Amino acid sequence: MIYLYAFLVGGLICVIGQILIDRFKLTSAHITASFVVAGALLDSFDLYDKLIEFAGAGAQVPITSFGHSLLHGAMEKANEVGFLGIGMGMFDMTASGITAAIIFAFLVAVFFRPKG
Amino acid sequence: MIINYDKSIKKNAWKPKYLRNSIRAFVSGGSICLFGQILLKLYELAGFEKEETGSLMIVTLILIASLLTGIGVFDKIGQWAGAGSLVPVTGFANSMTSAALEYKKEGLVLGVATNLFKLAGAVITFGVVSAYILGMLRYLIENFVL
Repeated sequence: MIYLYAFLVGGLICVIGQILIDRFKLTSAHITASFVVAGALLDSFDLYDKLIEFAGAGAQVPITSFGHSLLHGAMEKANEVGFLGIGMGMFDMTASGITAAIIFAFLVAVFFRPKG
Repeated sequence: MIINYDKSIKKNAWKPKYLRNSIRAFVSGGSICLFGQILLKLYELAGFEKEETGSLMIVTLILIASLLTGIGVFDKIGQWAGAGSLVPVTGFANSMTSAALEYKKEGLVLGVATNLFKLAGAVITFGVVSAYILGMLRYLIENFVL
């Protein structure tokens, strides 16, 4: 069942983005930036965790989960060490994704030729 | 007749585009997430812990998106899928790889490295700023109000 929910929830989040693009003529940078803020907002009421529990990758794969993970890591560290933990834990949960994106983007740029 | 003609033009010019694009975004975005869910299961079967499977799944999707961008396939998928390939983490990887490739001719340092975050920088900046403000508010409320 989680496979169906992953498909439906992930698809719906993308449809919201598509409608925003078509209706308000937003650029892709505007869409992704606002989705990240939306993810962080949803995390502040623990709503996003419930969505991940319900839809699995359907909530983890869209970029909204990036905002959720940033805030989540920050709050986890803040509960351990206090106020400074917000800054110390900010990238805790997203570090592997950002590292991978930098490494792969750099390697692809080195070994591939630009198309078109 | 003329009125009908006007109506049919309006119908064909506006309505199908929204619907068509939304269906494409739904199917492609949903499929990427379904693929992610299958990856989660495969990594779980391979014996990884629950926290590790999530990171591994995201990293795998980023690797695939970067490679597809490198061979020029991602742009074709993106033209069809619209937000369906932009909103998942694949769009984040694509924006970094395509920016790096585009400026390759200006050299590794001034071209690739400085332009890597040209498009993805917005995501990280807004993510960190909003998460910091929200985290600060939540910390203050949890510790001094409640």
